[in-house]
Amino acid sequence: MKLNTPQDLEKLRQDILSKRDPDRPCISICVGTGCLAFGAREVIEAIRAEIKTQGLDAEIDTKGTGCPGFCERGPVMVIYPQEICYLQVKPEDAPEIVSAIKAGKVVERLLYVDPATKEKATRESDIPFYQNQERRVICNNIRIDSKSIDDYLAIGGYSALAKVLSGMTPEAVLEEIKKSNLRGRGGAGFPAGRKWEGSRNAPGDTKYVLVNADEGDPGAFMDRALLEGNPHAVLEGLIIGGYTVGAREGYIYVRQEYPLAVENVNLAITRAEEYGLLGENILGSGFDFKVIVHRGAGAFVCGESTALMTALEGRVGEPRPKYIRSNVKGLWQKPSVLNNVETWANVPLIINRGADWFTQIGTKGSKGTKIFSLVGKIKNTGLVEVPMGMTLRDIIYKIGGGIPGGKKFKAVQTGGPSGGCIPESLLDLQVGFDELTDAGSMMGSGGMIVMDEDTCMVDVARYFIEFLTDESCGKCVPCREGLRQMHKILTRITEGKGREGDIETLEELSEVAVEASLCALGKSAPNPFLSTLRYFRDEYEAHIQDKRCPARSCQALTSYYIDPEKCQACLICMKKCASKAIDGGKNKIHVIDQEKCTQCGVCLDVCPSRFGAVVKISGEPVPPPIPEEQRTIVRKKKEK
Amino acid sequence: MQADRIEKIIDRHQGEASSLIQILLDIQGEDNWLSREALERVGERLGVSLARIQHIATFYKAFSLVPKGRHQINVCMGTACHVRGSPRVLSTVQDLTGIRPGETDLDMKFSLETVNCLGCCALGPVVEIDGKTHGNVSAANTADVLKGYE
Repeated sequence: MKLNTPQDLEKLRQDILSKRDPDRPCISICVGTGCLAFGAREVIEAIRAEIKTQGLDAEIDTKGTGCPGFCERGPVMVIYPQEICYLQVKPEDAPEIVSAIKAGKVVERLLYVDPATKEKATRESDIPFYQNQERRVICNNIRIDSKSIDDYLAIGGYSALAKVLSGMTPEAVLEEIKKSNLRGRGGAGFPAGRKWEGSRNAPGDTKYVLVNADEGDPGAFMDRALLEGNPHAVLEGLIIGGYTVGAREGYIYVRQEYPLAVENVNLAITRAEEYGLLGENILGSGFDFKVIVHRGAGAFVCGESTALMTALEGRVGEPRPKYIRSNVKGLWQKPSVLNNVETWANVPLIINRGADWFTQIGTKGSKGTKIFSLVGKIKNTGLVEVPMGMTLRDIIYKIGGGIPGGKKFKAVQTGGPSGGCIPESLLDLQVGFDELTDAGSMMGSGGMIVMDEDTCMVDVARYFIEFLTDESCGKCVPCREGLRQMHKILTRITEGKGREGDIETLEELSEVAVEASLCALGKSAPNPFLSTLRYFRDEYEAHIQDKRCPARSCQALTSYYIDPEKCQACLICMKKCASKAIDGGKNKIHVIDQEKCTQCGVCLDVCPSRFGAVVKISGEPVPPPIPEEQRTIVRKKKEK
Repeated sequence: MQADRIEKIIDRHQGEASSLIQILLDIQGEDNWLSREALERVGERLGVSLARIQHIATFYKAFSLVPKGRHQINVCMGTACHVRGSPRVLSTVQDLTGIRPGETDLDMKFSLETVNCLGCCALGPVVEIDGKTHGNVSAANTADVLKGYE
């Protein structure tokens, strides 16, 4: 069915809503990639089978939805209309869940329990993880079936597009976006309105609008969650963008490593075309627009604007010089607006609720909300959407629940491989584009990796430089060769072979890469080194001068040792040691042969925590093994 | 890959040179690698030189120019997995399979690759085998994870 006017769209929306009973129970289960890995597919199948068994097909609906963010406790289930939230649901829980809905009860044991107060939270919004967020963009993920356009229409979808096409001039839309001060969520934070204006005013009839969904930053998956969970929101934003700048074609560049996102966005395009929300003469406005999906073949550098455009042209994704900005001369030398997934998804919200609403929250330079992926050494791993200006401390402790295992916080890494590490002393920093840049890091696409006392900062720098060395396209020498040398030196330092003068050489190489690389990848590549050096210089010096890894993480600088006082001769580590480096026996205290040990750390992993006998040592000699005659454990016989 | 299947893929993309990457992705998706014959055929049909195709096939990570084993192991080396211990998992996988990233063992059982973030950071360290995600892998339980594959 093709919709010919905005009124048709509104009528269809009313039709959809009138057929739906808001009081009818609906079980929403996240089938995003994270929850699927936890077994969400089996859960949804078990639930559907159970509904059939109990003969409730006509009474209970089910929905596979996008990611609501609480990946730590997946699979996540929300039951409407009460919004009861069950966590870590298993297929065997299905009968109990379905019976409880029938009886109007709640399955208490599947609710969230506050670790501090032991209080249970029934509704999704009562869970502290969600309570402290400001969920404007990602909130719809759990409410809609990501494959259903009707679900999106039911929650008001495409009303912003209808509003634009039925009465707003492109100038008015542009004015609204500029007024909202929406800045690009992909990294650089360039004001979207100014980018759009540049393209709109550029000469030529052929223009393009592009979605950057080449989310390459390791540890970041917010764009994937949006594209998988709510692809129509991104499409709607893109169509509005096309209308505003005068483009008739849009491209979505999405990594092929995200197969579900590719599938859902392709389906969304087909559905939107069927309703006439894409194609010719959209809603009778005379505006034509089509969208093409291009799968990225796996190259980090293609997230860079000019490299992405080169890749879209079917060539190797190497960046181009930007003497003329790509919003004037971009894809096939035509004016092209490239924005990130999250940026596009914000557009319909701004059009519907107004720029004044959007700017109500945020800092001076950064308005609205930002989605972060909070990962690493954190209790509540997941996606969080917070108002700009929230402090890192609140994000990590109030939402993330702090560091697991009673460990101490060391740093948080933001901005992906080109970002930087922020130490504990700066935890009260407010998140915003300018604030993070001032601290030597950057917003990036929103990855936030928490590190604890066991993380070695030199190793983190080495890790990121290694990543960037692999991903450098090879066009500019300072990036291609400089990074390789930096990686060599950093590797040497983590192996305990660091020399005096290494830090200075690294600084010199960094300076050249920053000054003389063409694109942002090379220019920002030394950031992980520079920011860790700025805040953790003592760790570099410990590695170089004392041959010691303060975090006891670098394999070559760490030895494993079994404390004879604590060893209970349980044989577990002995059996698991792949190198057969552990000597011992029943009632015979275990000893690690340091010559044979490969520092794999398995003994530490498997030693029962109630013993805690295996310890890591760095920078000091391993104590000599205890004499043979003292190695026998005499156990007290249990009294009967 | 049979010639007619390659033709079909090229037709699906209307034989446009700008679709070169998409065509190669489809062939890679079906065969798990790009044979020389396939690349030559694509070059002929699209009017693109083999050199340019090679440039693309070696630049992007998704492409392989050698055949792959029966089971594809992807060890996630993303940042979240890294700080949770993926380097130790990778070295254990290497010890157990006897191959390094990018290699396939002699009896074509396993191919090993490292990937940068599969987006399941809550489960890290993550090892993906034939598309199935194994979460919370440690050096100690890697052998158990690999055991199930023949």
